[in-house]
Amino acid sequence: MNLTADPATAAPSRTAPALVVEGLTKRFGTRTAFENVSFSVNHGEVFGFLGPNGAGKTTTVRTLGTLIAPTSGHATVAGLPLIPQNGVEIRRRIAIMPEAPGLYLRLSVAENLSYFAGLYELTDGPARIERALRAVNLLDRADELCRSLSKGLRQRVGLARALLSDPTVLFLDEPTSGLDPVAAGTVHDLIDALRNRGVTIFLTTHRLAEAERLCDRVAIMNTTLRLVGTPDELREQLFSKRLEIRTREPLADPERVLAGLAGVESWHRADDGAYVLAVADPGLVAPDAARALVAAGADVLSLSPSQYSLEDVYLRLIDTDVEAQNR
Amino acid sequence: MILLMTHRRQPGARLSTTRVRAVALKEVRDYRRNKFIASTMAVMPILFMVAPVITIFNLPASIPAGRLDAGIGISLLYLTLIPALVPAVISSYSVVGEREQGTLEPVLTTPVRAEELLLGKALAAFVPTLAISYAMYGIFLGLAAAIAHPNVTTNVFQAGRILAQLLFTPLLAGWSIWAGIAVSTRTSDVRVAQQLSSLVSLPPLAVTALMGFGILRPTVGLAVAFGAALLAIDVLAWKLVSALFDRERLITGSKA
Repeated sequence: MNLTADPATAAPSRTAPALVVEGLTKRFGTRTAFENVSFSVNHGEVFGFLGPNGAGKTTTVRTLGTLIAPTSGHATVAGLPLIPQNGVEIRRRIAIMPEAPGLYLRLSVAENLSYFAGLYELTDGPARIERALRAVNLLDRADELCRSLSKGLRQRVGLARALLSDPTVLFLDEPTSGLDPVAAGTVHDLIDALRNRGVTIFLTTHRLAEAERLCDRVAIMNTTLRLVGTPDELREQLFSKRLEIRTREPLADPERVLAGLAGVESWHRADDGAYVLAVADPGLVAPDAARALVAAGADVLSLSPSQYSLEDVYLRLIDTDVEAQNR
Repeated sequence: MILLMTHRRQPGARLSTTRVRAVALKEVRDYRRNKFIASTMAVMPILFMVAPVITIFNLPASIPAGRLDAGIGISLLYLTLIPALVPAVISSYSVVGEREQGTLEPVLTTPVRAEELLLGKALAAFVPTLAISYAMYGIFLGLAAAIAHPNVTTNVFQAGRILAQLLFTPLLAGWSIWAGIAVSTRTSDVRVAQQLSSLVSLPPLAVTALMGFGILRPTVGLAVAFGAALLAIDVLAWKLVSALFDRERLITGSKA
């Protein structure tokens, strides 16, 4: 992979945040797509936008991309206020890769990119096309018709198209949707490379492991914005920290041994037999726990802090929403 | 503060010839490889040539002037169906077709303005239509000179008729294209768009029909007057269709 473009040429201003969204709302008649959404994204950040189907993720991307008009609220995109007068200039500074790449299947890969180079009025179109295709490892397929490409390859062409204009902010809407793990891995590597180049990436995804791996911060959306932060911050907001203990044999009286430890908020036995302790600080509780276990005659196999996944955070939030709706 | 984004062209905004050219080139490439469009554009003009050629071939030398005018008028009316109907096939597909195949959204995320996108699409339909229509008219004139009786040939080669045909061909094509694009931006099904476009492309043919049946004399002045009117309508149609081009409705199906 070779991303050699000068990131400085793509960024109009790198001091202000790349995206600022304040109280943005979009309604279609009586249906609310998203409501009172506020967040900001720093330059060079990979920002994950998570949420279930119908949560308003794609509508948010389309709104920030000037494709649809917000009902109320403010936003600044790539340094420009989101107002009708700035539509063309905003679209010049950003790129959006929709979930379906939307390629002209009767045209070749190079012809597809050449069309978009023209739409961006790129004076060095052929060089940009070559660079974008090299970035997605498709230079040798430039003359192939898009209809002959696999879904994964089409997704990479879509990504190459989004890179053509050296965007300040790149919106990727479910870029790995429907891809096999190998093809998805290639897209992940590309996103990593873009992050290293300083491109701001707004990534909507259903794949929580993908968000956890790639994103500096994530927002969880379900019509309203539920949480924003780094994956660690979200875990801390929703869950206690955990200490996981494995013993050779089950404890005779775990309640007596574990519940009496200072700093333990609760405990339970996991399906795999491990004792999971909810604690404020695993580092403080672990030595006491080890001593108590030995005193109780247990053979301790392992004692380690463990953390909830982003998926746990996501599911707890969405489950809470579902319960609230059912009430 | 409530933001109302209408995505209209800003006053004084420059029309980019680069973007218009990019759109037109892409459209032509795409249409050339679209078997349905390519075959329709090839076959339809030939079909519209058959009746006029047979008509002028069968016109006898002793035919009264009134019937001669009517016969040639009908033949030329058939020929004007080429610029009226052929571009409707392309233009009706231009927006709704892209919408159906999912290529419209990526295009609308670029800096291209509605006027540029639509003008590029219109040019891509206009240039081949003009080439085909003039070629067919040229063939018709050649056949008229070669096989028709001299008095028929003389009537066919009247300056008023030739000027009207040369002038109306691009203007009828322009009308048909903008009507087709307008329909294409407002419908959500390619077949419906094509049927509606064929219908709305026909009204200007009334003028040529009136000339063909001798109700209006095809003088140079009349041809120029109607040509100017059609030109003004074509330009207005471009502006109107551009103003009606609503990104939000095209992407989401809902009005902005």
